[in-house]
Amino acid sequence: MNMPASVRLSTLQMAHFAARGFLRLDEVVPEAINQRFLADVGHVPATEVDSLWKHYGKIMHSSAIPLVDPGTPLATAYPKDSAVAEILGLPQVQGAIESLVGANSVVDHHFLHITFPGRLYAAAGQPHVAQATHQDSTIDPRRAFDMQMMYFPHDVTRDMGGTRFIPGTHLRVVSEAAIARYQNVKGQQHMVCKAGTLLFLHHGIWHGGGRNDSERLRYMFKIRMCPTAPQTLLWDTHDLETRSETRPIFWNSNPSNAETIESVLMTPEPWFEADTGRLEFVNRIKLWRYLSGNQGWDADYWLTRIENEYGNV
Amino acid sequence: MRNIRQNVLVLYLETSALDSRTIAWSIYEGASTARHDAGDADAPPYDTGLAALRDGWRLIQASQLQQHAAGDEFRVGYLKYEFFFEQLVETSDTLPAQQETPT
Repeated sequence: MNMPASVRLSTLQMAHFAARGFLRLDEVVPEAINQRFLADVGHVPATEVDSLWKHYGKIMHSSAIPLVDPGTPLATAYPKDSAVAEILGLPQVQGAIESLVGANSVVDHHFLHITFPGRLYAAAGQPHVAQATHQDSTIDPRRAFDMQMMYFPHDVTRDMGGTRFIPGTHLRVVSEAAIARYQNVKGQQHMVCKAGTLLFLHHGIWHGGGRNDSERLRYMFKIRMCPTAPQTLLWDTHDLETRSETRPIFWNSNPSNAETIESVLMTPEPWFEADTGRLEFVNRIKLWRYLSGNQGWDADYWLTRIENEYGNV
Repeated sequence: MRNIRQNVLVLYLETSALDSRTIAWSIYEGASTARHDAGDADAPPYDTGLAALRDGWRLIQASQLQQHAAGDEFRVGYLKYEFFFEQLVETSDTLPAQQETPT
């Protein structure tokens, strides 16, 4: 039996990703693949681990996760019968990847993150702390974006310190750990999920691993993928025209409750500053122009207003 | 000899006004072994900067308002309205430098 074709994202799913920088697919990976992934990487119960360094070393040398050179096509990066290749081939997963970074994306890097119970950090003389808030890689002012797929192969409870991220921060241009001072930000989310959940992140989103206060090992496998062509109209665009609607703002006694591209992109986050929250709207509109290939697109007149220029400044 | 130690509270506000809403925050305690970790609270300790003042915190630094560079007016980056507060606390003992107690 042939696998069904990939299921690409909808217009509103793309709008949510453009606005908030993440897409979550809960329990999309079947349990059999989750179990196979854990077995392939060499997972053992926490009680059998006496050193985090030894466990990491063992997994890095003997797990089924291959060495992948940066720039390797995603389509050929993983052996066809591996758990990771099966995940990437799931219709919803393949469709999300194709929608965000195209059908010919390449691998930047991948990594299996493991957080351990506190006793193992104490034994290693390492601090048992949450990872500070940061943006991956380095200063990156591009409009194009990489996508980071995080895979949670087992249930993640709140005390296991699942990845923390701050929706809507992806368009902020900062320098990696320069934002470590921001311990808590209003609206931050902590990954609490069932096994087989995937989180797709824009490369710019602010995030950090949580402190594992449970007695279990926590695994998260991440692949960073890069586009090789413009990320324009890659999703299921059949409803693109009908999902966009200009609307009067401020003076509107009967605003529509319909979810549109405009309403999604113009929804603020709890951490927005009063003035730069409007710059976030401007930057979301610019991102949507790139994604849609429509350089004249606007929402609520934010860009039309400031592009209405007739003189020399 | 008196042991005076400093606790530091950093509030990020919605505007440059001290009575505007808190959107992000950090706490560093030099007067105890308490450790405040990233992601350890989803609600701020004070709703505004003014509320922190009224609870005894002393403002020691506020971010300046910067003119926007030509051509870079729409770039966003670090949180803009950062306010540092301190509390000076007399402690009975000399605290160990390394020991920390996660909160």
